Amino acid sequence: MATPLTGFLLVAALLFAIGLAGALTRRNAILVLIGIELMLNSANLNLIAFWRYGPHPEALTGMMFAIFSIAVAAAEAAVGLGLVIQIYRHAKTTDLDLMNRMKG
Amino acid sequence: MTFAFWLFAVLTIAGGLAAVLLKNTVHCALALTVAFAGLALLFLDLDAQFAGFAQILVYIGAVAILVVFAILLTRGSETPAEGVFSHNWFAGLAIAAAVFAVLAWAVLASAHVLPHEAATPTVTVAQIGQALIGRYVLPLEIVALLLTAAMIGAVIVAMDEKERAK
Repeated sequence: MATPLTGFLLVAALLFAIGLAGALTRRNAILVLIGIELMLNSANLNLIAFWRYGPHPEALTGMMFAIFSIAVAAAEAAVGLGLVIQIYRHAKTTDLDLMNRMKG
Repeated sequence: MTFAFWLFAVLTIAGGLAAVLLKNTVHCALALTVAFAGLALLFLDLDAQFAGFAQILVYIGAVAILVVFAILLTRGSETPAEGVFSHNWFAGLAIAAAVFAVLAWAVLASAHVLPHEAATPTVTVAQIGQALIGRYVLPLEIVALLLTAAMIGAVIVAMDEKERAK
């Protein structure tokens, strides 16, 4: 196990930036959700890496944080995609640049 | 830096980049699956077996499939003629690059105080289960409630309005 913690943190930071760029630049609402999922996953990688290199891995704190974060992300994905499907039914598009009205 | 770490890191970053950059939405979802698999392998590289397999089950097994279903239900696989990126894509790209620059600077500047060598933790699934029903039992119950509420909420939100009126 020769990889330093910095390597994992840099991979997580790069993945977070990629997800952020995707969420901010794509037009399709589903692709924005994909970007958000990538950001959540990179946060999980940080939690697991700090758990592994922390002084007390047997306390399982970071591991538990990551497991609960995975569960919350699953709930978020289900509700988010349900909303996208309902918006598509209503507006007949998932293009976010065309959704410029608060009133349906 | 081990060879396995480089392999998994390149796989994850390449999957993430492809998920964000590809034109066809279905290809994006498949690239997202590759990124999730790379992350699961990184978790396994970090000796977090339970989190790695939970990642495979939840993300590749459930979330990626859900994304594919949503794409097919919304006809999102058709590439729009006016391009896949928003008109203000440059601002988004600049913000993401700035965020990465700040994060990388913070990580590299604090590299000398971060722990480098650590003994491999011996954590069994039984220990995780004991912790989940012992110290973390209240968060576990709250997550169970959240998942139930999210499932019911997603069904109600995605339900057809005509069916709801019945």
